Amino acid sequence: MISYVARRLLMMIPLVLGITVLTFLVMQLAPGRPTDVLTDLNVKMSSEAKQKLIQIYGLDQPWHIQYWHWVKRVAKLDFGTSFKDDRPVIHKIAERLPATLLLNFLSLGFIFIFALAIGIYSAVHQNSVFDRLSTLFVYIGFSAPTFWIALLLMILFGLKLGLLPISGLRSLNFDELNTVQKILDLAKHLTLPVLVTAMTSLASLSRYSRSAMLEVIRQDYIRTARAKGLDEQTVIFKHAFRNALIPIITLMGLMLPDLIGGGFIFETIFAYPGMGRLGYDAIMARDYPMLMGIGTIVAFLTLIGNLLADVFYALADPRIRYQ
Amino acid sequence: MDDSFIESSIGDASYLNPVLASDSASSSINGLVYNGLIKTGPNIELIGDLAERWDISKDGLVFTFHLKKNVRWHDGEAFTSEDALYTYERLIDPAVKTPYSSNFDKIKKLEAPDSWTVKVFYKEPYVPALEAWGMGIVAKHVFGGATGKAFNEHPANKKPIGTGPYRFKEWKTDEKIVLEANSDYFGNKIHIARYIFRIIPDNSVEFLELRNKSIDTMTLTPDQYRAYDEFFKGYKKFRFPRAAYTFLGFNLKHPLFKDKAVREALAHAINKEQLVQGVVAGMGRSATGPFLPLSWAFNPDTKDFEYNPELARKILAGQGWKDSNNDGIIDNNGKNFEFTLITNQGNKMRSLSAEIIQQQLKLVGVKMNIRIIEWSSFIKNFVDKQNFDAIILGWTLSPDPDAYSIWHSSQRNEGQYNFISYENKEVDQLLESGRKEFNPNQRKKIYQKIHQLIHDDVPYVFLYYPDFLPVLHERFAGPVVVPVSSFGFGWNFDEWYVPKNKVRYPVLSAQ
Repeated sequence: MISYVARRLLMMIPLVLGITVLTFLVMQLAPGRPTDVLTDLNVKMSSEAKQKLIQIYGLDQPWHIQYWHWVKRVAKLDFGTSFKDDRPVIHKIAERLPATLLLNFLSLGFIFIFALAIGIYSAVHQNSVFDRLSTLFVYIGFSAPTFWIALLLMILFGLKLGLLPISGLRSLNFDELNTVQKILDLAKHLTLPVLVTAMTSLASLSRYSRSAMLEVIRQDYIRTARAKGLDEQTVIFKHAFRNALIPIITLMGLMLPDLIGGGFIFETIFAYPGMGRLGYDAIMARDYPMLMGIGTIVAFLTLIGNLLADVFYALADPRIRYQ
Repeated sequence: MDDSFIESSIGDASYLNPVLASDSASSSINGLVYNGLIKTGPNIELIGDLAERWDISKDGLVFTFHLKKNVRWHDGEAFTSEDALYTYERLIDPAVKTPYSSNFDKIKKLEAPDSWTVKVFYKEPYVPALEAWGMGIVAKHVFGGATGKAFNEHPANKKPIGTGPYRFKEWKTDEKIVLEANSDYFGNKIHIARYIFRIIPDNSVEFLELRNKSIDTMTLTPDQYRAYDEFFKGYKKFRFPRAAYTFLGFNLKHPLFKDKAVREALAHAINKEQLVQGVVAGMGRSATGPFLPLSWAFNPDTKDFEYNPELARKILAGQGWKDSNNDGIIDNNGKNFEFTLITNQGNKMRSLSAEIIQQQLKLVGVKMNIRIIEWSSFIKNFVDKQNFDAIILGWTLSPDPDAYSIWHSSQRNEGQYNFISYENKEVDQLLESGRKEFNPNQRKKIYQKIHQLIHDDVPYVFLYYPDFLPVLHERFAGPVVVPVSSFGFGWNFDEWYVPKNKVRYPVLSAQ
């Protein structure tokens, strides 16, 4: 197992490198340059001044040279500074990551608990009223545009009922609150974002766990377990559930990068200071160092996520063993 | 002195350093933290800020600024001419990422004969150079005299120390920036204790926050402005022209548009009233020329082309354009009057304008096709290369009316801004003298003349000036709409106050 993990980790180096080359290339293919926002239709700028800016940013060099400079810097774990404000890329990411992780772990926990509960219950009581209703609601949540749902919830809970704040991560007077009030304030601000982010994934995960469960429940060993006279609880949770987990672990592994990447739409709607907005702003501004920094880190974490999923397979399923 | 003012912005600031920043979020903050040597007064005239007064030599080549002596930086150090010198040196520093270097490239040298005097020597007389000294002055001692890259990356760009009415307190990236009133401000006494700048990236959410009274001001879209009155309970709405105009420009090298009579006919065929209704829900006014209605450069006597499709048809017929084959499109020598108009993607108002104009021109038998192009390619492959028949675009204007780079015939090369290839010897000459004439009355005459001449030549059909639609919580007293408001609603924010009984966020008692 350990040698397997080590091998996988080693393989990641060329993979991450390949991903960064592709990211860099695609980024260069996108029309427009980082300096365009300053120079386009700016009547107060001479062409010499424009050229000077392009040189300061190092954009006058061919892309492979730019990439090579970037790789050399990253080898020393220096991701450079953002074009937007000259702050180190790594600081900017470190600043946003906690907020994104907080939101996404909460919503992932929410999704996991509710999706499994809905999935298992629907599978065990297949075609019951609950099964049909939950399917309906989950699909409505899945298909309705999230920004619209978010706005409706904001109007209801924020504007009409005045129970929750409309947007942001914390109140303006956050620093003046005591610890309990701070936690309460955060909880209030997080309620809607967590609910709305969870809504979209709830559908797929609950459907997956339902079908995985359905498949397992029909297996011979479940009949055997029942024949042994085990009570239904043990049959479902000990024998069936563990086997149904495998496809769900795959799905969770795939969801890991989202956890770090953050969702642009949610973060924008809720004025949430997370990674999604950082990345989106960097794309729109063609902030190359920022984009490459985020790209590399997300790529790396995705690969780690896949590896973790594989390791968890082995833990969940005794039939899977790595050499 | 009490209460807080809560503003919001779609994007976060970049550098809290006026030399480096150009985005509107940073400028809002920098405008309150820093001062320039001069500033723009209520009637778009220049008045002293850090400079008490200034003299201009007879030949217009030397500006002498006499600085105020009682000005202190927020850290208590005295402001001197050294700081102005340092700021200038950074502006022309080849390694400093400033987008403003061109505003200072006509300077031969800058001297500080004593601590309170700055002398600027120019290579040629250039009036807009004066306006450029509205640039915020940064403190030499704060930056430790840093140059180049060190200046770009200096921590003071995140924790600014200025001379302005507000001191920097804190910045939570992508959440908020907080400023506090500077009780030692050299100008008038500041009344609003705290200024909070919230980042709300979505316009509809910003509007909900406004309805929830959690922000004090926002700039409305025309649709929002016309929403139910109950949404604006407790607010005051304002409406006045924004420092911008939208135009339809003809490529004057195109055979169809070489003839001025044809351009005039098209101007008569475009119903600007209908356009303003359709595009900005009536929140704008039809434009007559390149200068703003509230500016002194605007010529109030310029009479716009009246909307008259009959007349348009008659003029076109006079030029040989008649619908001889009855296909609904006028033609001349077997060629239909057909052209393609381009505009950029992502600007709904421009594409909507194009569609409305398309319908209006159809009425006089002109076939106009529309092509909408992604911004980068639009600029690089079409505008810069002058590769279009007609174009819809807009200009944002600065307080000084100098429009040399847009209208002078020397500015027709690839990548320059006279991309429609306009040429009028008289306008050229006026634009040149407008840059050299320091007498405000003479200048006014020059620019009003330019306004009229350009209108008469119809190189653009000046479509409309969009309105600026700010809304403000009613507790604030002090905002007034004057000509300079077009460039910023909060131009006199340092004079605003909240009557004692209306304070909403008591700051002093909470401390």
